[in-house]
Amino acid sequence: MPWLSTLMGVSVLGALGVTLVRNDKLAKQFTLVVSLIVLALTVAMAVQFSPNGDKFQFAETYDWIPAFGVHYGVAVDGIALVLILLSVILVPIVVLASWHDAEAGKRSVRTYFSLLLVLEAMMIGVFAATDVFLFYVFFEAMLIPMYFMIGSYGGAQRSYAAVKFLLYSLFGGLLMLVAVIALYSIAGKGTFMFTDLVGTIQDVTTQKWLFLGFFVAFAIKAPLWPFHTWLPDAAAQAPAGAAVLLVGVLDKVGTYGMLRFCLELFPDAAKFFTPLVITLSVIGIVYGAIVAIGQTDMKRLIAYTSVSHFGFIAMGVFAMTTNAGSGATLYMVNHGFSTGALFLVAGFLIYRRGSQFISDYGGVQKVAPILAGTFLVAGLSSLSLPGLSTFVSEFMVLIGTYERYLVPAVIATTGVILAAIYILWMYQRTMNGPTAESVKALPDLNAREKFVVAPLIALLLVFGFYPKPLLDVINPAVKDTLSSVSVTDPKPAVPVAQEGK
Amino acid sequence: MNGTIEAPTIEYALLAPMLVVFGAAIAGVLVEAFAPRYLRSAVHLPLTLLSLAGAFALTVWQAVKGVPTKPAAMGAVAVDGPALFIWGTILVLAFVSVLLIKDEEHFVGSAAALPGSAEEEQSLVERAAHTEVYPLLLFAVGGMLLFPASNDLLVAFVALEVMSLPLYLLCGLARRRRLLSQEAAVKYFLLGAFSSAFFLYGTALLYGYAGSVDLAKINLALGSVGGQDTLLYIGAAMLGVGLLFKIGAAPFQAWKPDVYQGSPTPITALMASGTLVAAFGALLRVFWVGLGGLDWDWRPVFYGVAILTMVVGAILAITQTDIKRMLAYSSIAHGGFLLIGVIATGSAAQNTAALSGLLFYLVAYGFTTVGAFAVVTMVRDAGGEAWHLSRWAGLGKRSPLLAGTFAFFLLAFAGIPLTSGFFGKYAVFQAAVSGGALPLVIVGVVASAVAAFFYVRVIVLMFFSDPAADGPSVVLPSRGTAAVVGIAALATVVLGVFPQPVLDLAHTAAQSLFVR
Repeated sequence: MPWLSTLMGVSVLGALGVTLVRNDKLAKQFTLVVSLIVLALTVAMAVQFSPNGDKFQFAETYDWIPAFGVHYGVAVDGIALVLILLSVILVPIVVLASWHDAEAGKRSVRTYFSLLLVLEAMMIGVFAATDVFLFYVFFEAMLIPMYFMIGSYGGAQRSYAAVKFLLYSLFGGLLMLVAVIALYSIAGKGTFMFTDLVGTIQDVTTQKWLFLGFFVAFAIKAPLWPFHTWLPDAAAQAPAGAAVLLVGVLDKVGTYGMLRFCLELFPDAAKFFTPLVITLSVIGIVYGAIVAIGQTDMKRLIAYTSVSHFGFIAMGVFAMTTNAGSGATLYMVNHGFSTGALFLVAGFLIYRRGSQFISDYGGVQKVAPILAGTFLVAGLSSLSLPGLSTFVSEFMVLIGTYERYLVPAVIATTGVILAAIYILWMYQRTMNGPTAESVKALPDLNAREKFVVAPLIALLLVFGFYPKPLLDVINPAVKDTLSSVSVTDPKPAVPVAQEGK
Repeated sequence: MNGTIEAPTIEYALLAPMLVVFGAAIAGVLVEAFAPRYLRSAVHLPLTLLSLAGAFALTVWQAVKGVPTKPAAMGAVAVDGPALFIWGTILVLAFVSVLLIKDEEHFVGSAAALPGSAEEEQSLVERAAHTEVYPLLLFAVGGMLLFPASNDLLVAFVALEVMSLPLYLLCGLARRRRLLSQEAAVKYFLLGAFSSAFFLYGTALLYGYAGSVDLAKINLALGSVGGQDTLLYIGAAMLGVGLLFKIGAAPFQAWKPDVYQGSPTPITALMASGTLVAAFGALLRVFWVGLGGLDWDWRPVFYGVAILTMVVGAILAITQTDIKRMLAYSSIAHGGFLLIGVIATGSAAQNTAALSGLLFYLVAYGFTTVGAFAVVTMVRDAGGEAWHLSRWAGLGKRSPLLAGTFAFFLLAFAGIPLTSGFFGKYAVFQAAVSGGALPLVIVGVVASAVAAFFYVRVIVLMFFSDPAADGPSVVLPSRGTAAVVGIAALATVVLGVFPQPVLDLAHTAAQSLFVR
C-alpha cells in the first residue's frame, strides 16, 4: 500500500473538501475527522516500520519530470518517521485548539482549516521526500499556507510578520536552489534521487560551497543565531495554532535538513564547518535564553526559548556522535510537544484576557488552577525537568557533545539553568502573587481545551519515562547517517535506551 | 550573362501561417473601408480569431509534417524548430489577448479628439469606436511572427517595423486616462524609432563588414574577413541596442513602464507576452546564428546587461504604486532572467538546453502575464481600471476568487514551486549553471528574492489589509475575459505541476537549433 501518498492524498482531499462545506462548524468537525484519519493511518504505517530493516521503507518512486531528472520519490527512515508522527499528532490537537481562533478576525474560517490541511500534506511530504528536488519543492511551497495563516489570522502586526517570515525563508530557499542546481550539474548523474547523490561530490572545495548553500537555508529555517530574527515576530503574531506548527514542525525541517542533507551529501564540508556550527549553536543557546528572560510578551518569550532549543538540536546534529545525533532527533520530537503545549496554553490564556503581555496577568493560579497547572507542566518540560521527555533528549545531546567537544558542552549547560529562570519567572509573574483585577473573572479550561492539552502532557510524561520506542526507531537511522559521514563515536557509545530514568 | 533573371522561389506552404495572418489583416482593412459601422465589430472579431486559430493549426501541421532544415524564401526566412515553437506561442497568446479586447470599455471612440474637448463628448454620444484595432493587431502579430524567423537583417528590420508601427498606434487608443495614453504612444514611437534606426545602422555596418545581410554569411565572414573589426563591433553593438530595446533590457528599459501604463490593457497584455517572445526569438537568432562566432565578445556585455536589467527591474518595481507600472518593471526583471539563458551557450547540447529552457520560460511567463493583465481589466472603479495599488486593498475579502487567482499569478511571477514560473526559472538557471554562469545565477536568485518582495506586497494589500469603504468594484467579466483568466490560471497550474509535455515540446523544438 502506498502509505505516504495516501497520507498526503487524504490531507489534500480533506483540504479541498473543507472549502466545499458551507457551514463553519461542520467545516471544523470535518477537518478534525480528516486529521484524525491521517493520524490513524500514520500510526498504522508506523507499527509496520521495522527499525532494523532497510534504511528507507514504504518507498514509492515515480518519474515526475524526466527532463530534469526529478522523481516523485517518498520513503521514510527512522528520523523522518518520528517527525511525520510529530506532525500528524500535532495537527488534530491544533485543529481542536484553534476552534475559535479564526473567527476573531472575521475572516473565512473554512480557509483557515483548509490551509491547515494543505500544510499537513506538505509537512508529510517534506520529511518523506527522497528526491532532493521534491524536498526543495515542499520546502518552498509550504511557506505559502503558513504565510496566509499568519497574515490573515494573526495579531496586530500580522502582515509585517508574515512578510518577514516569507522573505527570510524564501531568500534562504533561493540560495539553496542554486546549490541544488549546482549539485545536479556537478554530480552529473542526471537524477535528483538522494541515495544516488550521496557520495558523488568528492571535491572538498565544491562540497564546502554547496554545503553553505544548503546550510544557510536550513539555518534560517531552524533558525540558528544570527538568522533567527524573523521567528519572534512570526511566532508572536501567528495565531497560537499556527505558531505551534511553525515552531513545532516547520522549523524542524531546518534541523532535519542539516542532519539528512548537509551531513550525508557533504560529509567533508560538514566536518570542516563543524566548529563554526557548534559555535553558532552555543551562542544561540545562551543568547536565546538570555533574551527570553527579558521578554515582556509571552509568545515572544516562547519563541526565544525555541531559539535556545534549536541551538541544542543543531549542536547535537553536528557533534556527530550517536548519542548526540539520536538526542537531537529525539529533541526535535519532544520540543514539538513541549513548545506546542506551552504555546497552546499561553494561547488559551491570551484568548481569555486579550493580551500577550506578562504584566497584564498575575495570580491566575487562584482563579484558573487547571490552566495554571498545565502551564506549569508545559513550562517544566521546556526547562527539561527530569521525568519529562525533554530531559532525556537534552541530556543525550549534552552527553554526546561532551564526548567530542568539552567546552561547548559545558557552556551549553548554562542554557539549562537560564531556562529555569525564564520559565519559572514567567510562571511566577503570571500565575502567582495577588490576582490582578483584570483576570478575576477568568474561566478555567473548558472540556475542549482539556482535550487539547491532555494528550500533549501524556506524551511528555510517557516518553520522559520510557523513550525506548522512539529511540529504537531513531538510533539505527542516526547510526546509518553517521556512518555515511564516516565518523565513529570517540568512545564506546553508552547504551542509550536506558538513560531516561 | 544572358539577361534573364531567375524568379525567386518562395515556399508558400512554409510561410502559410504568416500569410494567413497578413491576409486576414488586409481583409480587415477592406472591412473597415466597405462594411457599415454597425457591422464592423461583428465581422472583425470572428475574422481575427479564426485567422489566428487557422495560423496556429497551420503551424502545428508544419511541425507534425517535419521541420525543414534549410531556410525558406531564398534564405530570407528560417522556418525551423524554434521558430515554429515561437510562432505557436505567439499565436496562442495573441488569441488570448484578442479575447480580452472584446470588452468595449478599453478603447477610445475617437482618438484624434482632444481629451476633454467637445469632439470627444460627441464621439461618446455617437458611440463611435475604433474597430481598426483588429486589423492593426493582426499586422502587429504578423510582424511578431516574421521577426524571430527572419534569417537576414533586412527582413528582420521590415518585420520589426511591421510589428512596431501598429503597436505605436494601439498604445494611444486607451479610453481612460487619455493624456497618459497619448504620452505613451508618442514616447514609444519616438524611442522605438530611435531603436529601429540603431538596428538599421547596425545592419548597414555589418553589411559593410561582411558584404551580406544574411545571418549565416555574416557568421562565415567572422572567420575570414580581417581588418574590419571597427565596423563589426559597432555594427553588432547597434544591432544589440535595437533588439535589447524591444526586450526592455536595461539601460533601454525606460519606455516600458510608461507604455504599459498608458496603453489599453489588452494591448499591454499582448505587448508583455507576444512582443517579448518575438523579440527574444529575434535576439537569439541574430546573436546565435549571425554573431555566434563572436560570442566571446558579446557575452561579457550581455552579462552586464542581464545583471543591470534584473537589478533595475526588481528594485524599481518596489517603489511603484500603479499596478500596471509594477507589472512593467516585473516584466523588465523577467527579461533579465531570460537574458541569463541567452548567455548560457556552449556545446550543442548546452545550446539545446539553454534554448529549450528559454522557450519554456517564454510560454510560462506569457500565459501568466496575460492572465495578470486580464485581472487588472476587471478591477474597476468610477474612473475605469483601479490602477492605484492602494485601491486594491482588501480585494481578497470582497472577491476572494479573483484576488486568489491574481495572488496565484503573482506567486508564479515570484517563482514559487508548483507554479509554472518556478520551472521556467529553474530551466533557465540550470542551463546557465551547467554553462558556467554560476555568478549570474546567484545574482538572479537574489533579484528573485527582491522581486518576491513587491509581489508579496500586493498579496498583503489584497488579503491582509482591510478594504477601503469606497473601494473598487469587480465587474462581472465578459465571457472572453473569464476565459482568459481561466486559461491563464490553468496553464500556470498545469505547467507548474506537469511541465514535462511542454518541456519535451520545447526540447524537440530546440533540438535542431536554428538553421543556418
